[in-house]
Amino acid sequence: MPHLAVADLTATYPGTDTPVLRDVSLEVQKGEIVSLIGPSGSGKSTLLRVLVGLLPPTSGAVRIDGEAIDYTSRRSLKLARDRLAIVFQQYNLFQNMTAMGNVTIAPIRIKGWKRPEVEADAARLLAKVGLAEKHESYPDQLSGGQQQRVAIARALALKPEILLLDEVTSALDPELVGEVLDTIRVLAADGMTMLIVSHEMGFVREVSSKVVMMDQGSIVETGPPAQVFDAPRTDRCREFVSRILRH
Amino acid sequence: MLDRIISEAPRFFTYYNMVFLLEAMGRTLLMALIGVSLGFVLGFLLDFARRTPGRAWLPLRVAATLYVETFRRIPFLVILFIVLFAIQGFRFPVSLFGVAMIAICVISSAFCAEIIRAGFDSIHQTQWDTAAVMNFGRLQTLRHVVLPQAWRVILPPAFAFMVMFIKDTALASQLGVVELTFAGKVLSTRGFSAMLVFGTVLVLYFALSYPLSRLGGWLERRLAPSRGR
Repeated sequence: MPHLAVADLTATYPGTDTPVLRDVSLEVQKGEIVSLIGPSGSGKSTLLRVLVGLLPPTSGAVRIDGEAIDYTSRRSLKLARDRLAIVFQQYNLFQNMTAMGNVTIAPIRIKGWKRPEVEADAARLLAKVGLAEKHESYPDQLSGGQQQRVAIARALALKPEILLLDEVTSALDPELVGEVLDTIRVLAADGMTMLIVSHEMGFVREVSSKVVMMDQGSIVETGPPAQVFDAPRTDRCREFVSRILRH
Repeated sequence: MLDRIISEAPRFFTYYNMVFLLEAMGRTLLMALIGVSLGFVLGFLLDFARRTPGRAWLPLRVAATLYVETFRRIPFLVILFIVLFAIQGFRFPVSLFGVAMIAICVISSAFCAEIIRAGFDSIHQTQWDTAAVMNFGRLQTLRHVVLPQAWRVILPPAFAFMVMFIKDTALASQLGVVELTFAGKVLSTRGFSAMLVFGTVLVLYFALSYPLSRLGGWLERRLAPSRGR
């Protein structure tokens, strides 16, 4: 059974008629890294937003370990959010808290876990993302890359089963991209299950076991990186890949 | 004129007159404090009402917006008289002080709602979204994430409003509420020179509002420290 299964998912932004996701289906196995690629506006980020319940789906199903999420039910959504974590393109750190505060607030205040254990765990996570020296820094004292690594540590502190990464390097200066990608490589080596939206094609190819190409809200092609990048089966995918790999 | 003030001073600064003035000052402070505290609570509720989602809440949103936009644009004195005549018209047993308090709360809630709205609007929706996906409830997000950041925007105009408001309560003297300005009028009609009486009133107003400004500055530094931004 797949760890995360999305079946015929369709979603429409409130007040509009055109679906931003059309019959999207994909599966992520435990410990697997699946990457979503495609042009801007193709629905990759929207898919992640639907998964975490920020945009209600109009039809289709999302299952974790075979259990369907009911996005209209608060309880079901809460359970889903316990198992999924998302890291956003713009990091979205809480500006009023230090790095340590950002990582520990939800485990302490929302989960009710014990502070000493949470703080020890947070220190371990901040060290893991290379920020052992930055516990007391506020977001506006950190670079974009550092903020994004705090955001990753914050997501991990809730011990999610599946990590969703939404273009986590797109807002960063080129020289800061590497440090964030290295952090994700460490998570990959640990066997973290991840669904990644990324424009870093070299990175996608390196870490993913499966690549999903989307266009205009639909999935165009799904396959191992070797297929999608080197021998695409659809014209649309071939066109997209040749355009981005040219430079 | 100065020698007249000096000669009057012993007669003016008597125990009875000072108690009279300090009681009036207490009434001014009370009106401002209750007005602003209740105004803040009501302002929060008004802002909450304006943020309700969906079509079902539309009447509430319209009513709250109408309330805020109307009462921010009507002079305080006019509200005072409207409340006074409405209450007299319906023969509610409300004292003049009560009338002033109602008018004060109407005005201050409208202004506070606007100050609070600006504070919350300064916090980007993504902060709410991020907290939501971490299973924060709306009130938890408000308490831990949004309010601590919104203070930075809410506090300065809130305290400026409060200080302004202490002065505006002087208008309640028009109804005959014995607050600081009215007390000054009473004393000057008793024959004390206006310079002496209102000079003292001036000092008392300053004594009320200056500590408040300082408190505002202190709260701003404490609740919303700027870290070199």
